[in-house]
Amino acid sequence: MPSVDQNKIRNFCIIAHIDHGKSTLADRIIEMTGLLTSREMQSQVLDNMDLERERGITIKAQTVRIIYKARDGEEYIFNLIDTPGHVDFNYEVSRSLAACDGAILVVDAAQGIEAQTLANVYLALDHDLDVFPVINKIDLPSAEPDRVAAEIEDVIGLEAHDAPRISAKAGINIEEVLESVVKKIPAPQGDPNAPLKALIFDSLYDSYKGVIVFCRIKEGTVRKGTVIQMMATGAQEEVVEVGYFGPGQFIPCEELSAGMVGYITASIKNVKDTAVGDTITDKNNPCDQPLPGYKKVTSMVYCGLYPADGAKYNDLRDALEKLQLNDASLFFEPETSVALGFGFRCGFLGLLHLEIIEERLEREYNLDLVTTAPGVVYRIHKKNGEMMELTNPSNLPDPAEIEYMEEPIVSAEIMVTTEFVGAIMTLCQERRGVYLGMEYIETTRALLKYELPLNEIIYDFFDALKSRSRGYASFDYEIKGYERSELVKLDILINKEEIDALSFIVHGSSAYERGRKMCEKLKEEIPRHLFEIPIQAAVGGKIIARETVKAMRKDVLAKCYGGDITRKKKLLEKQKEGKKRMRQVGSVEIPQKAFMSVLKLDEG
Amino acid sequence: MRRKLELYIHIPFCAKKCDYCDFLSGPAAVSAQQRYVEQLIEEIACQSAHYPEYQVPSVYLGGGTPSLLGAKEICQIMEQVKSVFDLEEGAEVTIEANPGTVTMEKLKAWKESGINRISIGLQSADDVELKNLGRIHTYDEFLKTYQRVRQAGFGNVNIDLMSALPGQTLSSWRSTLKKVGRLKPEHISAYSLAIEEGTPFYQQYHGHPELLPDEDEEREMYYATKQILHDMGFSRYEISNYAKAGRECRHNIGYWTGTEYLGLGLGSSSYIRGIRFHNEEDLGKYCRIRMKEDSDDRLHQGHLRLTDKEKMEEFMFLGLRMMRGVSGSEFLKRFGVNMWNVYGDVLTKLMENHLIEADSPFVRLTDFGIDISNYVLSEFLL
Repeated sequence: MPSVDQNKIRNFCIIAHIDHGKSTLADRIIEMTGLLTSREMQSQVLDNMDLERERGITIKAQTVRIIYKARDGEEYIFNLIDTPGHVDFNYEVSRSLAACDGAILVVDAAQGIEAQTLANVYLALDHDLDVFPVINKIDLPSAEPDRVAAEIEDVIGLEAHDAPRISAKAGINIEEVLESVVKKIPAPQGDPNAPLKALIFDSLYDSYKGVIVFCRIKEGTVRKGTVIQMMATGAQEEVVEVGYFGPGQFIPCEELSAGMVGYITASIKNVKDTAVGDTITDKNNPCDQPLPGYKKVTSMVYCGLYPADGAKYNDLRDALEKLQLNDASLFFEPETSVALGFGFRCGFLGLLHLEIIEERLEREYNLDLVTTAPGVVYRIHKKNGEMMELTNPSNLPDPAEIEYMEEPIVSAEIMVTTEFVGAIMTLCQERRGVYLGMEYIETTRALLKYELPLNEIIYDFFDALKSRSRGYASFDYEIKGYERSELVKLDILINKEEIDALSFIVHGSSAYERGRKMCEKLKEEIPRHLFEIPIQAAVGGKIIARETVKAMRKDVLAKCYGGDITRKKKLLEKQKEGKKRMRQVGSVEIPQKAFMSVLKLDEG
Repeated sequence: MRRKLELYIHIPFCAKKCDYCDFLSGPAAVSAQQRYVEQLIEEIACQSAHYPEYQVPSVYLGGGTPSLLGAKEICQIMEQVKSVFDLEEGAEVTIEANPGTVTMEKLKAWKESGINRISIGLQSADDVELKNLGRIHTYDEFLKTYQRVRQAGFGNVNIDLMSALPGQTLSSWRSTLKKVGRLKPEHISAYSLAIEEGTPFYQQYHGHPELLPDEDEEREMYYATKQILHDMGFSRYEISNYAKAGRECRHNIGYWTGTEYLGLGLGSSSYIRGIRFHNEEDLGKYCRIRMKEDSDDRLHQGHLRLTDKEKMEEFMFLGLRMMRGVSGSEFLKRFGVNMWNVYGDVLTKLMENHLIEADSPFVRLTDFGIDISNYVLSEFLL
């Protein structure tokens, strides 16, 4: 391929609040540029995984190169980099943005600006991207494009009076968006003859090619045979192939030069060697400085994953290993629980990431899982000066050895209509939030700023937020750091036996409340046995709550109708089937779902 | 000895459906009832041809309310049974009857046709409780029916009762038992009310245990049943069935001990030659079957050939419903393996928990085992 005129390249992404139509617009752009007919497109090409399509969110960054013949008669190369759409993947989002020169901001013509709209715009502006807005869903009866345009100008300060007013779903005014990309997004810069400097913004594992690295060339040129070096991880390999992204396929080419977006393969066996955010350079002609912004991704949320059937332990390990090939942010190590047997302690970027992994294990690998309550990483400062990071509550040292503990804190922004401000402030207060301030976006909407402990928001904060604002509140957060906190370990005893898999760390002030709710929930979940079963919550050996599962008193089958033995047998089978889904702990049979019950302590 | 085949004949009609009932039954026009009886009679003739090697030790006309049918219809059915099946000398022939549907004319005709046992659905001797159940009769009306039955010369009568009813108390239940016991029927069935899905009771009471006697009260009622009836000369021979000596219901014992039976009529169940199946359950479809021409597949559905494993399971969970329990020697005779080889772990565990007791060669439920029989019996599924 002859070297490409940088002026004819546009590298951009689409940013939006969830459900404002980002993926649909991406589909339309691909369709308009004639790469696929609409029949070939299984709706939303860029969201590859079934799960992504079902949940309507983008989990992995996806990229496509398209050719657009503009009204000025010139052909332009568009590299559309679709970014993940969830706060769990904020770092990936920031690296994807760093690969772009500009962004299309999609705003819903009915809902207007939401928390993620702002968060994403600020993130894009931080990366010096040129952002232009489009107003989507103008075909909705409740659409108010004029009001939303004014809101964009007032709140964000982006010029919006000439923003394309479109319906991605109905295909209205898409060409205007493409023209705006040409006019408003700058062409990339960079010297093709300078030492190689390329940003890794994603990678995936292919069993034939090894790791395929997605990158944006900032300076220099890379081609087959170049010996590349990852500046942070130090990995080195000779390039086997370079190319660009066709829709759904990789298209090899001669070289990638400054300004271009494409992929590199180099017989790399492990995605861990190609960390997102790292800089690729030429080993024989290295650049002097890596690109800014690289961070080592760390797991924020941990939980235990156990096979429901103990014999499936090896299957679970194989499945986790396979998932990890494509997901360097998934962490796991073997652990053993008295109650659940052999399993893994797994680390995730956030609760959504956890749920996705769990679902993929169950669906794609056909595994039945028992998950323990997710927790965050606590820092334990011991009296002897040591600091340990605690990911499993069972490993908490003796309280006598602990000087103090710290927990992760997030800065959160919640956007809500003014009528619900009170309710949301109450919620944040209940969750130990520290109020930082409030800004009015318009007369009817406010942006609340809080600092919240991460462990207060990983369970059901989002649901509570939605229910207390009738669905109107939107939410975004980022990790701020660690703070000292009065934390205790809450233990659950069933029939006087401590169940390690049910222990969790909680703030001292809510231990009693959580303990009580746990006991109530477990009382519902644990079936009656031949004997009475006490369920207790304890902190430091002191019982703070108790419930009792009464002994079985009566369980008699009804009359059988005529000779309908089959029906009677079905009843008995149901009873027997229930027993199979139990974990025997001591003399008590505990249903597997009880181990997840901590997740469902309704706020009432 | 010839093989035994019990007959169950289903009459799916009643005057009004009771609020707790989930049986296959309901009110219907007289013409529809007559059409049904014609069809049933044809089914009896056609089916009998398949079972020439069998002798019939019992016939049970159940429902629904079979006594709702006219004297003529019952006689036609019985005549057909007698002419096409080999009815054993002294066979037990039962009809279910409800107060308010039984006339002297019907009773005489039944007796003539060979019916020798009547099962009367009373449920309670308390008129308020009867009303709550959606029954159409009072206790007095039952008494008249009962006396009429005795006058007609029936010497084998069962009375159906129900405990744990809405509004029922331990003392009202005791009073029902005593009143009924003093009438000296030969047999009493006393079941606890079960709230079944799809009934008005389900809508009313499901999820509202506070409206019904709680399980402690229910168990007290159950213990009182055994005590009171025992004192009046009835012995409990099955979890919910009581009889004077020698008056146990042979037909039902057949169900619990693996006797073969043929169901005739809408939705009825059969167990013959190791296979379980049931009849078409849709009345319209049932009546449209051409019994002579159509293949039996239109009538018989849900065929299930029992494996030895399933036969063992049934032997245990059905047999244990009877107070005498299951016999280890009978198990060995039927299956050629020792019961303790198959169920040793289960039997030992249940015995340790005092849920069953052994009295060689029998194993039977204890009183505690009866209380939680569902749990105990499910242990015998392999």
